[in-house]
Order: sequence, then C-alpha cells, then structure tokens
Amino acid sequence: MHNNIKYPILETLKEASKLDQSHDMWPGRDNAFHSFLSQGFPHKKLEKWRNTDLSEFLEKDYQYIPNTDPISESDINSIFHCEIHNFETYLFTLHNGAYVYKQSPITTLDNGVVIGSLRSAWESHNDLVKPYLNELTENMLNGMVSLNSALATAGLFVYVPDNVKVEKPVQLVNMINTDKNPFIQAKNLIVVGKNAELTFVQCDDSVNDQDSFMNVVSEFHLKEGAKLDHYKLQNKELSSVLINTSFFSLKKDSKLKTNTITLNGGNIRNETIVNLDGEGAEADIFGLYLADKTQHIDNQVLVRHNAANCYSNELFKGILDDEASAAFNGHILVQPEAQKTNAFQNNKNILLTDTAQVATKPFLEIYADDVKCSHGATVGQLDEDALFYLKQRGICDLNAKMLLMYAFAEDIIRHISIPSLHDSTSDMVSRRLKGELSACNQCVLHCNDQKPMEFDIDLSKI
Amino acid sequence: MLEIKDLNVSIDNRQILKGVNLTVKPGEVHAIMGPNGTGKSTLANVIAGKEGYEISGDIIFKGKSIMDMPIEERARMGLFLGFQYPVEIPGVSITNFLKAAVNEKRKSQGLDPIKASEFLKIIEEKKNVVEISSNLMKRSVNEGFSGGEKKRNEIFQMAVLEPDMAILDETDSGLDIDALRVVAEGVNKLKKPTNATVVITHYQRLLDYIIPDYVHILFDGRIVKSGDKSLAVELEEKGYEWVKKELL
Repeated sequence: MHNNIKYPILETLKEASKLDQSHDMWPGRDNAFHSFLSQGFPHKKLEKWRNTDLSEFLEKDYQYIPNTDPISESDINSIFHCEIHNFETYLFTLHNGAYVYKQSPITTLDNGVVIGSLRSAWESHNDLVKPYLNELTENMLNGMVSLNSALATAGLFVYVPDNVKVEKPVQLVNMINTDKNPFIQAKNLIVVGKNAELTFVQCDDSVNDQDSFMNVVSEFHLKEGAKLDHYKLQNKELSSVLINTSFFSLKKDSKLKTNTITLNGGNIRNETIVNLDGEGAEADIFGLYLADKTQHIDNQVLVRHNAANCYSNELFKGILDDEASAAFNGHILVQPEAQKTNAFQNNKNILLTDTAQVATKPFLEIYADDVKCSHGATVGQLDEDALFYLKQRGICDLNAKMLLMYAFAEDIIRHISIPSLHDSTSDMVSRRLKGELSACNQCVLHCNDQKPMEFDIDLSKI
Repeated sequence: MLEIKDLNVSIDNRQILKGVNLTVKPGEVHAIMGPNGTGKSTLANVIAGKEGYEISGDIIFKGKSIMDMPIEERARMGLFLGFQYPVEIPGVSITNFLKAAVNEKRKSQGLDPIKASEFLKIIEEKKNVVEISSNLMKRSVNEGFSGGEKKRNEIFQMAVLEPDMAILDETDSGLDIDALRVVAEGVNKLKKPTNATVVITHYQRLLDYIIPDYVHILFDGRIVKSGDKSLAVELEEKGYEWVKKELL
C-alpha cells in the first residue's frame, strides 16, 4: 500500500468492504476497493493534492456509516424544508448518507422521467442504470473515487428520456445531521437523454458542528443535444470535510452549465471532470468561493476536449478572509483530433488579509494545432483606485468594499438562470460578505430566516 | 468656497507639491494648467482626500478644515472630483451606483432614502446635460465605455450629485472635439453663482469651451503664474518652455 498511514478509519473500511461485497449490488466494487488500497487516501505528495491536506482530518475518530436501503419518512419536512420563495423543485434528500423518501423510493413521472434511489433503481430499472453506472468513474483518478466506487451504493438516480424537458428543477439535499462523527459515501447517477433538458440543484449542508467526512461521486451523462443546468451549493460547518467528484460526459451538440457556489466549508474539495466527447459540445464551468476563518476550498477542474469544434469556458472567483485558503487547478487537455477547439479558463481571487492564501494553477495541454485557448489567474486585494472612486462619490468605506466584493461575485451569480435561486443566492452572498451568514442552521439556501437582508446599498437591483 | 494654504505634499519622500496656495470663491471657474508630472493630479487627489500622501498646510472647504476628514465625508459636503481615469466597476449599474451615492449623502444629512420615482425624475432630467443615452445608464459603471462615454458619465454624475465644488482632472484627455464640446457644455450648464469649478488641463483647447475666470500655471509643484484667460492663450502660443525660461 502506497499510503501506509494507519488512519483509525482504515480498518473499519476494510471490514465494511468485506461485508458489503456480500450485498446483492452492482459488480466491480471489490476491484475498486483494491484500487483504493493500492492508492490509499490522497496525500500532499501527490501533485494534485499538494494544497489540500486530509491527514489532520483522517486522524480523527469517525464512525463509518454504511449505505442502507432507502428509508421511508412520512414527515420529510422534519428533515428538510426548503423555503426559497417560488422555488418549486422535485426535492430529494440524502440524510446522513441514507436516501430518504416520502411515498416511494423510486418514481416515474408522466413524461417517463425516472427519479429516485440509485439502490432501488438498480433493482427496479436495471436496464436504465446498468449501461451508465460507473461508465465515467475513473477509479484511478484518486483513492477517494475508488473508495466511493467500492462502498457507495446510496444516492440519487435521475433518468430523463429523449426529447423530454423537465420543467421543474430536480433538487438533491445532502444533509448531515447526527451527533456521531459520520464518515459517509454517496453516489449519484444522472442521465439526460437526446435533446432532453434538466436542471439539477445539489445542496450540501451540515447542520451541527460535529466532525464529518463526506465523499460524493456523481456521474452525468449528456446524450446528443442534451442540456444540463447544474448547481452545487455548499454551506458546511468548519469541522466538516466534503470531497465532491463530478464526472461529466458530453455527447454531440450537448450543453452543460455547471455552477459551484461555496459559501462556507471546513475543508471542501470539488473535483470536476468534463469530457467533451462529441462534436459541438459546450461546457460552461463556473465557481464562486467565499471562505473565512480556517476554511479551505479546493476546486480542481479537468476539461478534456476529445472531439472537434467543442467549447469550454471556466471561470472561478474567490474571496478569502482571515486565515482561509483556497486552491484552483484548471487543466485543459486538447486531444489531437479536437481541432477548432475553443477553451478558456480564468481564476480570480481577492485576499482580504495577509494571512489568507490561494494557490492557483492553470495547465494547458494541447495536442491539436488549430485551437483557441486562453488562461488567466489573478490574486489581489480590493482595487484601491476603485475604492477611492466610490468613496469620492460619498459612499462609506464599508459599503464601498461591500459593493466591490459583491460586484466581483456577481460575475458568477449572474449565470444562475433560475430567478428564485438567483435571488436567494445573491441574498446569501450579500449576507456572507457582510459576515452575517455562517453555516446555516437549516440549509444552504438559508431562507428560513424571514427577515430580508437589508443593505445600506440596495444590492438587489444592481 | 475653497482655500488651499501652503500645501506641501510628498510621496515616498519625494516632494510633489511645494507650497501651493489657491483661493476659489463661489461662482468662479479656475483653470490649473501645467506640463505633465508637475503635480496637477496629486493636487486634485489630495483635495479629495486620497490616502498615501504626507501632507502639510491646510485645505479649507466651506469654512472648515477638511485635512482630517475622510474621502466620503468631503464628498458628502459637496466636493466632487471628475477623474482623469474613471474606474470600471463591473456588476454595478450607473443608476444604482448613483442611487447609493445620493442616499449616503441623504443619510449623513438625516434624510430618508430618496423615493424611486423622485430619483428617476432626476436621472431623466440630468441625462440631457451631457446627452447620455438611457442604454448607458443600465450598463455597469464605466465598463467597456469609450473614453468619451467615461467622461460624459463623470459630468453626468456631477449633474446628479450637484456639488458645490467640482474639480475636473484632465477631463479633456482622450476626447475628440465633439465629445469635448458636449462635456464642456455640460459643465457650463451646471454652473451657478453658488458653486465653483476647478478645471485641470494640459492643453488650452478645453478653455475655448469652458471660459475660466482665473488661470494658474502649476510648475514643479508650485503655482508660478496666475492671471485671467489671456494667460492660457499666451501659454498656448509660447509653450511651457516660456514659463521655464522666465523662472530661470
């Protein structure tokens, strides 16, 4: 074993893998566990993990929570109740890693859309699950992915048939609320059929300040002409670890927009792998991270241009306060056959203190000769000239700073195309920038707080 | 209105202004001319309260020393600086930016925020001063604006904020002759017996449109010559070399 550090959780995981193999579930999990054992947990000597150190968390005493069959809960609102005004969604919940349902573990809508527990879908809709499951998961990407492949069986499955447009967004709330220190795996599989359309909102929350370790892998299949509008909203307690790996495959002329908004997080790692597999596919990959105290947020994006005439655009922006740290690693790989590629990448950061840090690394690997690629990275403070300009118009120091930070963040927020989600996110970012939002006691969207955010400046109309 | 007394300004131990004296009364237009690097912009920035300078002397605005006053308080008292290089603020529309500015001033005066309808009325009225388009109003402050649009926007802001004292720093730089005329006419329209303007410029050209009551030549950190508008004409004919020679 490469990484032979004996973390307390390791023996439990080994036991779990033996037990779990007996369970009648999809194959390949045993191999995945061996892959995990050979790679170990990611560590700082790995180039891609040099800025994110899991060791201090892995030293902790976690309690492994195995995935279970779906749990029925008639009063689902007692677990989670989303109150964003006018935000109507098909709502699904993972509660401490268990899929919780109100009426049925798996539902087929009138238009043929199948949504529900992945574990249940494996049995009831095997023909829809089997061709896609673990098709994109790259176990050798790192130990976290292989560990997930080995142990995760609970999560959400969404299947959108060809030519179907899902009117309401599908929302998955991944909630941790337990007084144990849970170590949880979860796995999601989303298939969007030919010329079909889906909006998918993933909310990651933790409710209390218990130590927790969450490892999520999601696979997204976009068939020819499919459209996926994807959001990840993260608001986690300081003592939580969240490793989120998303694999996307984009077939011909499909379109992806993915937006990762991290407002709080103990230690968050978002790994996004986008494969542009068919000609004319387009991917917009946006991210916003606001961190303070000792929070650490790491965004890793790998875009593989595997076909010609594809477009990708990455924009990640962060504001870091106190002793917070962030990492951004953007890797664009253009294969020899991917001529006429357009690939852009930008990472911008504002550091509010001398002790905040960011490591940003663009990496372009291009094997085709007729491509248009660009990258850029900036790390700076608030622009003194802009502050002078605002204050000269009579705007006080605090509001001038707020306005500049909001404007900086707005560049990402404006890409949220669901109006109610846009407005609540904008409100949350405003609160967050004003220091009034900590990891929330209800959910990432913090809408139970009835009092609307009031600024000295009306930011809502900017 | 504005009285500058023996103003000395240094930055990084380099002295930029070396004892500037200037008095501006209500209703007056002053022009400060001088070659590049003589401290014209520094003077404007120091009056506005920009940080990062070592300063001695005094600046009295409306009878009160403003030396220890923060930038925003000077602004709310009625001091306006038209920037040579207006800053781009992506994501903030001009309308909301100005509304924030108007409301902060009102707040400091103990007034309630301005009513939306009232504010829109002011915007509509002032737009005509510099022939600014409604389309521009919706865009982010100065983002992607041409040189002319940026300067128009400065004068438009001045029209909305109605300062008692406006300092216009190189408002003519980067403008073609048509834009220059529009901007200058805007300044003239805003002139009242109760307010005053200081125009900072390198070239005499702007003063064909904005007629100054007084012209001062700033050279090597000092006002070396003052006169009426004929001084600007003389300067245009003879060039700054003439001033240099006179000083030697």
